[in-house]
Amino acid sequence: MTAMVKAEGVHKSFGAVEVLKGIDLEVKQGEVFCLIGPSGSGKSTFLRCINHLEKINAGRLYVDGELVGYRQKGDKLYELKDSEVAVKRRDIGMVFQRFNLFPHMTAVENVMEAPVQVKGMSRSQARDRARALLERVGLGDKAGNYPSQLSGGQQQRVAIARALAMDPKLMLFDEPTSALDPELVGDVLDVMRDLAESGMTMVVVTHEMGFAREVGDSLVFMDNGVVVESGNPRDVLTDPQHDRTKAFLSKVL
Amino acid sequence: MTVDIDKTAGGPSGTPPTPPEAIKAIPVRHYGRYVSAVVAIALLAAVVYAFSQGKINWGAIPDYFFDDRVLTGMGKTLLITVLAMLIGIVGGILLAVMRLSKNPVTSSIAWFYIWFFRGTPVLVQLVVWFNLGLVFEYINLGPFYRDEWSDFMTPFLTALLGLGLNEAAYMAEICRAGLLAVDEGQTEAAHALGMSHSKTLRRIVVPQAMRVIVPPTGNEVINMLKTTSLVSVVQYAELFRVAQDIGQTSGAPAEMLFLAAAWYLLLTSVFSVGQYYLERHYARGSSRSLPPTPLQKIRANLFSLSNRSSTTGGAA
Repeated sequence: MTAMVKAEGVHKSFGAVEVLKGIDLEVKQGEVFCLIGPSGSGKSTFLRCINHLEKINAGRLYVDGELVGYRQKGDKLYELKDSEVAVKRRDIGMVFQRFNLFPHMTAVENVMEAPVQVKGMSRSQARDRARALLERVGLGDKAGNYPSQLSGGQQQRVAIARALAMDPKLMLFDEPTSALDPELVGDVLDVMRDLAESGMTMVVVTHEMGFAREVGDSLVFMDNGVVVESGNPRDVLTDPQHDRTKAFLSKVL
Repeated sequence: MTVDIDKTAGGPSGTPPTPPEAIKAIPVRHYGRYVSAVVAIALLAAVVYAFSQGKINWGAIPDYFFDDRVLTGMGKTLLITVLAMLIGIVGGILLAVMRLSKNPVTSSIAWFYIWFFRGTPVLVQLVVWFNLGLVFEYINLGPFYRDEWSDFMTPFLTALLGLGLNEAAYMAEICRAGLLAVDEGQTEAAHALGMSHSKTLRRIVVPQAMRVIVPPTGNEVINMLKTTSLVSVVQYAELFRVAQDIGQTSGAPAEMLFLAAAWYLLLTSVFSVGQYYLERHYARGSSRSLPPTPLQKIRANLFSLSNRSSTTGGAA
């Protein structure tokens, strides 16, 4: 079975600052892959590289066996056109820390937008599917609300439904609960747990150690642009081997 | 548990508790406000009196208010306003996108255009367009069109190009500000869903930018309506020019200027109302509830009045 995401020596710099210093990892199909680490460790940047929101400077990054952002012919790399990158992104859903819902559209319009505009689905069909998805994340009664009329937790669940509307084979979560009030975190995590049980491949950047332990299949601890420690989340979280991991976990657990 | 205690304290029979006694205090007297109001009214009265006693034949204004020539001039003023704004808005969007593009050549050209057209007075630009025959004696578009510049550049075209191209420079800056005001996360979210650059711009960024773009654009429209009076210098017979012409032949020059002013005021007032509704349209989703339209406000006030009278009536 091919890996859903495969990184080989991925490097990324912003100007003179090297954020990723050679990341090697593999996300298997159907697994929940958690990325943890202190802020500034490069975990969000790595996530954004997976759907080519950031360009990597060195190394190779594959999604579902295909190179991200480039085409290889012989030993030469050709940059993909924007339109080709857009086609690949259809299969990768992304959920942001700040939700990034479209504020001028209602919840159901947010979810419909990409299927109609990108896949060319009919509006009525897209609306039916969007309603079903909102129902699935527990917001069937909020379809007509604008994002400003929803709580943070509700907005994030709409954002998850919006990503699912494109039938992605991979979902990326960039600290999906970090901007939420503590009492709203649970609802979002429940939706993510359901999604994991349905077999979705998920890469989750998170500070929710409880979620990582219960739902995660693999876990990677990153610090300062490198993978410090990886393995089964229950092992790493309860019995960290590396000093840096121990220090981090002692602060957050 | 406290809930239970509160319930019993409220009284078992459910009678409403007696309301606390309202405060009855002597309000502060703002003598300064009375004085300033009296002074302002006195000054206003003095100005009105001066104008009524001046050697102005006020009766001439209603005589000519709906004169055919005035109405035609007003129509031309509106036509120039709308067409020049159209050129300005389309050109402005184009220039704003050019300015924000990653291509250094297009962004430099846009910068230069804005620098030039914002940096020179529009009156000078108008006259230059009119006299460009000194540079281009003929206009020659191959088999399609060929004419002498002075015949091609009619007063109408001069007015249109002069005002429209100048306006494009201002609209470019307004559009650019609007596009930059949209959070970058919106573009990222749209891209992450697989939307192309142009779709992201059209469906996600521009509708949100409009909220920032519409209010200053409304100002530009009102400004444009007034600026059209400048094109009287290139012999275009719009409202101001017509008013001046009538003034000279009818022997009431000052009166006709007041007439023009009244028409301009009327038109800008109408535009302001349109602007209000346009802004309201693009405020969708930005606040939890839209501000009421003036009509809704009136209706709500009437309802609350009737409600109040009915409740007070019931209490009495």
